[in-house]
Amino acid sequence: MVQHTFKRYDDELNELKQRVLAMGGLVERAIRRAMKALNQFDVERARKVIARDKAINALEVEIDEMTSTMLALRQPAAGDLRFIITAIKIVTDLERSGDLAEGIAEAVLQSQDHPLTNLDSMNSLADAVSLQFSAALDAFARGDVDAALACVEGDKRVNKLFKGMQRETLSYMIEDPRQITSGLIAMNIGRYLERIGDHAANISEMVIYMVKGHDIRHVDHDEAERILKDGDKDDD
Amino acid sequence: MSAASPTETVNPDSDNMLSEMSGQPAKPAKRGKTRKPEKTGKSEADKVCMAVRNLDFFYGDKQVLFSNTLDIAANKVTAFIGPSGCGKSTHIRTYNRMFDLYKGHHAKGEIILDGVNILDPNVPALELRHKIGMIFQKPTPFPMSIFDNIAYGLRLQSGLSRSDIEGKVEKALKGAAIWDEVKDKLNHPGTSLSGGQQQRLCIARALAVEPEVILMDEPCSALDPIATAKIEELIDELKQRFTIVIVTHNMQQAARTSDFTAFFYLGKLIEFGETEQIFTAPSIQQTEEYITGRFG
Repeated sequence: MVQHTFKRYDDELNELKQRVLAMGGLVERAIRRAMKALNQFDVERARKVIARDKAINALEVEIDEMTSTMLALRQPAAGDLRFIITAIKIVTDLERSGDLAEGIAEAVLQSQDHPLTNLDSMNSLADAVSLQFSAALDAFARGDVDAALACVEGDKRVNKLFKGMQRETLSYMIEDPRQITSGLIAMNIGRYLERIGDHAANISEMVIYMVKGHDIRHVDHDEAERILKDGDKDDD
Repeated sequence: MSAASPTETVNPDSDNMLSEMSGQPAKPAKRGKTRKPEKTGKSEADKVCMAVRNLDFFYGDKQVLFSNTLDIAANKVTAFIGPSGCGKSTHIRTYNRMFDLYKGHHAKGEIILDGVNILDPNVPALELRHKIGMIFQKPTPFPMSIFDNIAYGLRLQSGLSRSDIEGKVEKALKGAAIWDEVKDKLNHPGTSLSGGQQQRLCIARALAVEPEVILMDEPCSALDPIATAKIEELIDELKQRFTIVIVTHNMQQAARTSDFTAFFYLGKLIEFGETEQIFTAPSIQQTEEYITGRFG
């Protein structure tokens, strides 16, 4: 894309993108560290994740200020407008994902007296969610519609893994009532991970809007593909 | 950018006088040919007021418009945007055949209004300018009273009594949202009004002869933000009764006031569509670059 006649506007847009990606990076790290703390029973690491959520929240406020200033002063249109709207929307997804990572870290603290066992299916879920989250951020960074669409579709796998994990945890709880407390903690963590997956899918949907200008939220995969295909035909 | 200079040679003041003062009845002209609309931007539900087909325009030997094709939807606001010299003013000025006034300026193609190709020389220019009023960048009140500014064009129409004229003057001033400000000083000179009021007076003058279409060529560029807001509010009200075409350099104004937007560049219609689509997700790269301030 050609540069703006007013160069500072380009700098501001670049800065906004970097801030959003930096915030995304912090959230990615928080999710990874929270899961590591869980697997290694590392309470200190969990406390650090909780403490670092402040930095994520601060970035949310900073990005909100940047976007509202840009809307007021630059009156963006077309691709710039869609980019700024995307930033506004995904910042909320990032902040909530950060809170969910913090939730996982808090669950690690709760599990001190009720150690979680059988973490395999939860780790599979966490791996899938981390991949989804990274894929969504990469799609945003590169403006990659295909990757974003794949990420939206990938949320189905996350949901399936979560359901599997729920069933498994429930069986343990039924078999051994002493595991009910730790089972409930595990269920919460599973739900947090599944929600992070939802936020990754939201981010991906916004990436498609940012690049193509098409809103594919609340439609199934086939319909989304049809919308994108029709849009491409109109552009020809 | 090459089309910039010829547009500037037109004297807006003299054009304004001629277009707004007309009002002579004329014989119906020949029915023009119509063609199936191409990619014209309007939706099926919109009634077409004017159908522009393959419009070319020449300043002597120099071609400045190239096969412009679009539909102007009735009772909607259509905005023309583009960089200086892109042909948007030249294009809008073909709608009332302003170019007739200048030797060597000529248009090809069709502009169909009420089933008639208005570019046909058999269509009397005066009748055309009765149907299509025009507002210019600089307010141009006549050097006479506020009342006479409006009544002047009406007096050219035969069969209007004094009370008819008074009624129409009041209606036009009310229609242009300036009645409350001038009703107690109708005998004052039009030139005594502020810039924004003068522009609304000119709009009232255009409304008085009850045109079908109102063309506005940069109507707010000489006005302050408050006066601009009043004109924009007026445009929104006027579209209930008239079809409006506005040329503007101010993209926010196009976004705020129009239903459809056409982007011109180097005499070509690059993209035409609903304003919302043009300003949020334009299909053409050049439109995107212009709208987002990446042009030139």
